[in-house]
Amino acid sequence: MAEVVIGGRITAEVLRGNPSRLRRERLMRGLFFSAALVSVLISIGIVLSLLGGAIDFLRKVDLSTLWSDGWFPRNNLFDVRTILAGTLIVAFVAMIVAAPLGLGAALYLSEYATPRARRYLKPILETLASIPSVVLGYFALRVISPELVQRVFGSQVPLFNMLSAGIAVGLLVTPLVASVAEDAMHAVPGSLREASYGLGARRRSTSIRVVVPAAVSGITASLILGVSRAIGETMIVAIVAGGTGGSLFTLNPLKGGQTMTAAIAALATGSDQVRGAGPAYPSLFFVGLLLFLLTLGLNILSERFVRRVRRRF
Amino acid sequence: MSISRVADATRAEVARSLMGKRRDVRETLFSLVLLLTLVVALAVLIVLLFNVARTAVPLLADHSSTILGNGYSALPQNAGIKQGLIGSIYLMLFVVLLAVPLGIGAAIYMEEYARDTGLARFINTNIRNLAGVPAIVYGILGFAVFAQLLGSITGPEVAGLSLLTGGLTISLMVLPIIIITTQEALRAVPKSIREGGFGVGATRWEVIRSHVLPNAAPGILTGSVLAMARALGETAPLIMVGAVTGFLSTHGGPIVSLRQKFTALPTLIFAYVKKPLPQFQDLAAAAILVLIVMIFVVNLTAILLRNRYERKW
Repeated sequence: MAEVVIGGRITAEVLRGNPSRLRRERLMRGLFFSAALVSVLISIGIVLSLLGGAIDFLRKVDLSTLWSDGWFPRNNLFDVRTILAGTLIVAFVAMIVAAPLGLGAALYLSEYATPRARRYLKPILETLASIPSVVLGYFALRVISPELVQRVFGSQVPLFNMLSAGIAVGLLVTPLVASVAEDAMHAVPGSLREASYGLGARRRSTSIRVVVPAAVSGITASLILGVSRAIGETMIVAIVAGGTGGSLFTLNPLKGGQTMTAAIAALATGSDQVRGAGPAYPSLFFVGLLLFLLTLGLNILSERFVRRVRRRF
Repeated sequence: MSISRVADATRAEVARSLMGKRRDVRETLFSLVLLLTLVVALAVLIVLLFNVARTAVPLLADHSSTILGNGYSALPQNAGIKQGLIGSIYLMLFVVLLAVPLGIGAAIYMEEYARDTGLARFINTNIRNLAGVPAIVYGILGFAVFAQLLGSITGPEVAGLSLLTGGLTISLMVLPIIIITTQEALRAVPKSIREGGFGVGATRWEVIRSHVLPNAAPGILTGSVLAMARALGETAPLIMVGAVTGFLSTHGGPIVSLRQKFTALPTLIFAYVKKPLPQFQDLAAAAILVLIVMIFVVNLTAILLRNRYERKW
């Protein structure tokens, strides 16, 4: 503590403060600043490692194999269409599950549930969100695929298929969609609802015609974020999508397929046996770069939509 | 008809239409459909937990000493999850010792020190984007950067794919979550609390330490605990940095283990699920039950902390 004598002379020395306190202040500021810089270093590290490997891959690979019959890194076939199609099919199925479940839950929690009911209902979604993806992968393999998909579509459907993976990914993404969409609906000012009730509208018309249109930016953001998460999900597809070792190009969700994430995992864990000087090993970075750019683009887009909500209300 | 009788009739009519229980079928139906989404989520949870428990509970009851006491084995009757359990606890320690202090530091800089400059906005956007990067991309970072850099201290047979690499990778992955939740907790502390500190001549760090952090502690703690739960269940980055089944030397204490190969509970689950023998699938169920119980305990701690200390200003 600086020793300021009450009634004493105030000198420049006193006003400057205690040097050791100021030194500590500068030290702490520096420490916190370096902690904040770590996040920038992480981004630089991600971009550099992905770019370096991807360039290495493009230099080694025969570019015609990027447009061939399938994704078989062991045989130097790197058909980008195959893993893109697999990724999009899984993400599409996931959103067919997650959009109605997530948005319905959000609308119920935001407009219908009493505060008391909310306290009991919200933990359902929070618990679902805490289930690790590897566990949902096990669930997809043991329950969704044999008990749901094969029952509905017949037993000629293979146990490992993209539809089962997509359904499980959808369940994984549902809590995220619900939570972002509910935030957006919650942010709609009560005065809009009251105006609607004042005109004699019921809860249903108020929800659909007032709250949903007012929250449409946030709802869009929740869906984009859901797609982004679905595209980046690895473990479920690695377990149940059926792409171990590679896959032919297919658009049929009832078949096995390879996604970008599962392809990376297969390359790195060595189930594709791809060490050595060929292009197979660096292809992992190339796929990683595609995945990174795709999810980054979607996240930036959803952030835009979220910001639009904030500006309006 | 006297005036008063007309007034009475009108009053009754108005009261009936305002308070009467005219049931609107479509209104009820709509709310039930919305509620159904939450019922589906709950049903999925129940089926999942029931399915896992039905296999895991008898297995754990009969063979708890084998499963909890043994490591990985090619023979299902000898195989267990002990090394995965220890590995997962080590990874949580990494998060607590590395990611939590780093994340809190970065958040303090962003909320308390940084002015609204271009650099600060860039760091903030960067953190938000990092939170959306798929987990497997962090795996690529760990395996392209940490495994290469740390290769020299782990020896050739480990090739940098050590517990240290895994712990660093997982810590970086949860860092954005910790930063964002801490920022929210700091933002919730009212300005007047800080001004009280500045008013008596405290430096910024002194205000943070004595006024801001104690008030934001519950929120920070909750966020950190949730990040630990996330680290506990995440698999994709770990399989990238070589969390292989069967490896984790517990001889020689934790410092020696740092330089050696490692495994974690979710990685073991992945490895067991991928095996065709049904006994391994059952073992995966046992490991899942242990993992889910651990995650629920961690999450419950976070919820209790939040409820116990939550404060509204």
